[in-house]
Amino acid sequence: MAFTNEQLERYSRHILLKEVGAKGQRRLCNGKVLILGAGGLGAPAALYLAAAGVGTIGIADADVVDLSNLQRQIIHSTPDIGHPKVQSAKETMQSINPEVNVVTYHTFVTADNVMDIIADYDFIIDGTDNFPAKFLINDACVLAGKAFSHAGILRFGGQLLTYVPGEGPCYRCVFKEPPPPEAVPTCRQAGVIGAMGGVIGSLQAMEAVKFLLGKGDLLTSALLTYDALKMEFRKIKVPHRASCAVCGDHPTIDKPFDYDQAVCDLDARH
Amino acid sequence: MNITVAGIRKQVPADTTIADLIVSEGVETPEYVTVSVNDDFAEQSAFATTALREGDSVEFLYFMGGGKLDIRF
Ligand SMILES: [Zn+2]
Repeated sequence: MAFTNEQLERYSRHILLKEVGAKGQRRLCNGKVLILGAGGLGAPAALYLAAAGVGTIGIADADVVDLSNLQRQIIHSTPDIGHPKVQSAKETMQSINPEVNVVTYHTFVTADNVMDIIADYDFIIDGTDNFPAKFLINDACVLAGKAFSHAGILRFGGQLLTYVPGEGPCYRCVFKEPPPPEAVPTCRQAGVIGAMGGVIGSLQAMEAVKFLLGKGDLLTSALLTYDALKMEFRKIKVPHRASCAVCGDHPTIDKPFDYDQAVCDLDARH
Repeated sequence: MNITVAGIRKQVPADTTIADLIVSEGVETPEYVTVSVNDDFAEQSAFATTALREGDSVEFLYFMGGGKLDIRF
C-alpha cells in the first residue's frame, strides 16, 4: 500500500530516518502491540505508539479512572474520572491518531484469558503493578513465544528488561518467584514520581518500535536500572538461568497459572 | 580486598561473603534480592557461604512493581 500525502506528512520525521524510511513506517503501520495496564507505564507507551502509527494497539485494564491516577497516567484527563481506563485511553489515542486501530480489553487478565489476549500481537508491553501479574505475563509470553517488555517503577527508580524468545533471560530467570504480598515495597505504600512512568514507559514504547522495525539492539540480556536521584542509568548484565522454571533446560511450567496471593489481575488495589 | 558493588569500587575485608555484603550495604528486603557475581546468579542458599574474591563484581537486583497502581492515603 502507498502512503497518502497526509500519512507522508504525519510520519515525515520517521520516514526521514535511514533506519525507518517508508519501509520501516509501513512495518510500524502493520505492527500489533498489546499494552497490559493503562496506568503509569502503559499511558505514555500507548500515546507514543499511537502517535507512531502502530497499526493495531491492544490495551487491557479492568479499572476505571480515579483522581489519584492523574498524577502520572497522562493518557487520562480529569473529565475521564469514573470512566473505564481502556475507553479513556482509546479516545486519547484516536484523537492523536485516528488511523490507529485500538482494541480494548476491559477485563482482568488471568491464566484463563491471557493466551487468547496475547495471541494476535507481535510485541507485549507489561505495564502492570503487581508481581503475580508480572509472572503471569512472563510465563504466557515465554510459552507463546512472544517478545515482551518488562518494566517496574518505584519511588525515584525504574527498571526495564526485554524478552525475546531464544535470546537471553526471561523475567523469571532473574526473579524466580513473586515475593509474598507486602514483602517488598510497592508504589502504593512507598509512592512513585509521576515522570518515572514517562521515562520508563517511553523506553518500553521504544523497545516495541525497535522490535517492529527490526533495528538496533534490544535490551535482551541486561536489566536497565534508572536512579533519578543520582541521575544514573545502568545496564546490569543478566544471564539466562538454566534452571528457570519456564524457559530453562527442564521447565516445570507448561501453562500459565495464577498465583493465589493477591488477585492475579491488573489491579492490586483491592 | 577490592571488589565492585553496583558499579562502584570498594574495599572490603578479606573473606567477606555475599551475606556480609548484604548487611554492610544495607540491602533492603534481602530475602527477596537477586544477586549476581561476575554476571552469574548466586543462589540465595549459598549467600552465607560464598566468599567473595579480589576483583569480583557484585550486583543487587531488586523487585520493582509497576506502573498501573493507585496510591491511596
Ligand atoms: Zn527464564
